[in-house]
Amino acid sequence: MLDEIIIAGFGGQGVLLMGRLIAQAGMLEGKHVAWMPSYGPEMRGGTANCTVIVSSEEVASPVVPNPITLIAMNQPSLDKFEPMVVKDGIIVVNQSLVSRDISRDDIQVVKVPANDIANELGNLRVANMVALGTYIARSKSVKMETVFEALEQTLDKRQEKIIALNKEALKRGEKIVTG
Amino acid sequence: MKEVFTKPKALTDVPFTYCPGCHHGIIHRLVAEAMDDLNITEDTIGIAPVGCAVFAYLFFNCDMIVAAHGRAPATATGIKRVRPDNIVFSYQGDGDLASIGTAEIVHAANRGEKITVIFVNNAIYGMTGGQMAPTTLQGQITQTSPYGRDSRTMGMPIRICELLSTLNSPAYIERVALTKPAYIVKAKKAIKKAFQFQVEGKGFSLVEVLSTCPTNWGLSPKEANEWLNEKMIPYYPLGEFKYVEEVS
Amino acid sequence: MEERLLMKGNEAIGEAAIHAGCRYYFGYPITPQSELIAYMAKRLLKIEGATFLQAESEISAINMVYGAAAAGGRVMTSSSSPGISLKQEGISYIACAELPCVVVNVMRGGPGLGSIQPAQGDYFQATKGGGHGDYRLIVLAPSSVQELVDLTIKAFDLADKYRNPAMLLADGLLGQMMEPVQFKEFDEKSIPSKESWALGSSKGREPRRIVPFDLDPVELEKIVNRLKQKYQDMQKEVEYELVNIDNPDIVIVAYGSIARIAKTTIQMAKKEGINIGLIRPITLFPFPYKVIEDTADNVDKFLVTEMSLGQMIEDVKIAVKGKAEVSFYGRTGGVVISPVEILEEVKRLLK
Repeated sequence: MLDEIIIAGFGGQGVLLMGRLIAQAGMLEGKHVAWMPSYGPEMRGGTANCTVIVSSEEVASPVVPNPITLIAMNQPSLDKFEPMVVKDGIIVVNQSLVSRDISRDDIQVVKVPANDIANELGNLRVANMVALGTYIARSKSVKMETVFEALEQTLDKRQEKIIALNKEALKRGEKIVTG
Repeated sequence: MKEVFTKPKALTDVPFTYCPGCHHGIIHRLVAEAMDDLNITEDTIGIAPVGCAVFAYLFFNCDMIVAAHGRAPATATGIKRVRPDNIVFSYQGDGDLASIGTAEIVHAANRGEKITVIFVNNAIYGMTGGQMAPTTLQGQITQTSPYGRDSRTMGMPIRICELLSTLNSPAYIERVALTKPAYIVKAKKAIKKAFQFQVEGKGFSLVEVLSTCPTNWGLSPKEANEWLNEKMIPYYPLGEFKYVEEVS
Repeated sequence: MEERLLMKGNEAIGEAAIHAGCRYYFGYPITPQSELIAYMAKRLLKIEGATFLQAESEISAINMVYGAAAAGGRVMTSSSSPGISLKQEGISYIACAELPCVVVNVMRGGPGLGSIQPAQGDYFQATKGGGHGDYRLIVLAPSSVQELVDLTIKAFDLADKYRNPAMLLADGLLGQMMEPVQFKEFDEKSIPSKESWALGSSKGREPRRIVPFDLDPVELEKIVNRLKQKYQDMQKEVEYELVNIDNPDIVIVAYGSIARIAKTTIQMAKKEGINIGLIRPITLFPFPYKVIEDTADNVDKFLVTEMSLGQMIEDVKIAVKGKAEVSFYGRTGGVVISPVEILEEVKRLLK
């Protein structure tokens, strides 16, 4: 298996953590993984993005010019990365912050109102986990249970409530695909 | 025959290479006497600078290293952090410490590194042939201030003891001279005290020794001593600038 | 089997250093290696007797390394390109004084203040002696986070073995990325004793003098010739990786992160029926001249690709000795080369 994912959004939307959880889960499942952030001034308030590769083979280039999957958490990210996605690739789009339709017809689109669902859950900050849940359900690159495990390893164990909320958000995102 | 004068054990048998009338020889001797008195020679690591005193590594009978120009306090920091039980001192001139190495001395002092610095201020660059130092006096003629140091474009001479005494961390700072027997007695006490502070783990200590450079000043040794007394001491007052039993 | 940990490159270097017994670190913050200095602070400040010190400047940091190495400590400093330039005088002193230490350069775009994105423009500085005088560093070029770990440990061991500074030459891409890593068991008893030469207490022995100069030219020449002998001895440490080297249409020579990117090019080319080989130098000093020369007997086209205007290519040309055509493809300024670009260049050359 191989998935090459670019996750992009505003700084502060938690896109780096989304990528990190996919990588951590992939590693826990014995797969080859790499995670590569954009870094520099843009990480402070501007746009942020990261690349994640999950593969059954050794990862060669950590730089992915044409991702198989794009998770676009806002409109500028969609505008920037949509043209780069490979033919037959997947775009998971945060419908709450994107007003336009996807212009390409050679890719599959999954829309998730991540911010609206996060607001329903009482915390806008878990919008990233909603979108991540949708991605996991759609791509099956890693198992949801492993993402839960990765979440427990990554976040502070003492913050049980936050972990529970993040899991809930992941499940709500999953439902967009599974119904 | 009764022995009235001997060489300190902390000095080697290598003859000094300094010019006639230069004070480095006296300062070396005072440092060595302090090491003998405190019985620390075998535990001492010295750092020679770039400048006339680069050869200090040959003259002291303890482990020695030659540092890059101005960097002795950084090198001393590295040594002391690895060997906290050893006594570490740097021996630096005014070009080395007060010009190219200003950052290093200020920050080593500010960190309160438990090292001892012997700072030799002769108001000129000696080894390179008599250029202006940051400590060169207003109006003083050197190779690179041929019409006299002009404070309007070259600044005023830096007073290191005063400058470092504004910091909280240094434990002991004193300025001494060697132009009179009474001064030498005081200088000897100060240098010993500086090492004593380190032995007791009290913190950063520095002794500035006003010194002559007859060769580059263009004066005889006697005239050089007079010039130091008349010109340098009024601008660089002698005395203790900092003495803190316990640094907070 | 040892546990796999997902670690950021910069942090992996730090953990590897501590794993290898490094207890002294002196550094100054600079992007893109800031996570490394922060990691060393977090870890070393909790270890009894260890020193983490944020120096007042890069220059001070390297001179603290000089002192700590002279006193026998296993010591490291790290920076990125402009900061490494500032350290050069100190590195030259350490090489002349024959002291072991590890210097990490997480390269970024240059010259000048440059950019903070990945680059490989410091190859000449690292391998040809960026400071003054006749000296060389041991230079290791990792291309994965696991190699950041393995080669950091190796850098300490080689530095001690040859009493010479060793440089880990990484770049912003490796420093920032995360990959799973494993730490093999390290026996601290394998660290050679420094008691026969390090500064310390001179009780019961002659005082020691570490002197990186001699005003007598004949004596200084002796010191330099001793260094030369050491650099010749280091040749046996040559390390490289070969990929698909049996009868390729063209051979790419690349190091560090670009070598990984070239591996994707190789996979893409295979689908189009193009057979590309790869020689990846792992040691940049000593440089693997011989394997490149031997390969040139059977291959008539080489492509060197670097994130620079072309620096390592000069060593490749020396190795090839005119037996094959050596071309170059590079990007600079912090632009990372994509595997597609390299493939296009290969196709152009094979036309």
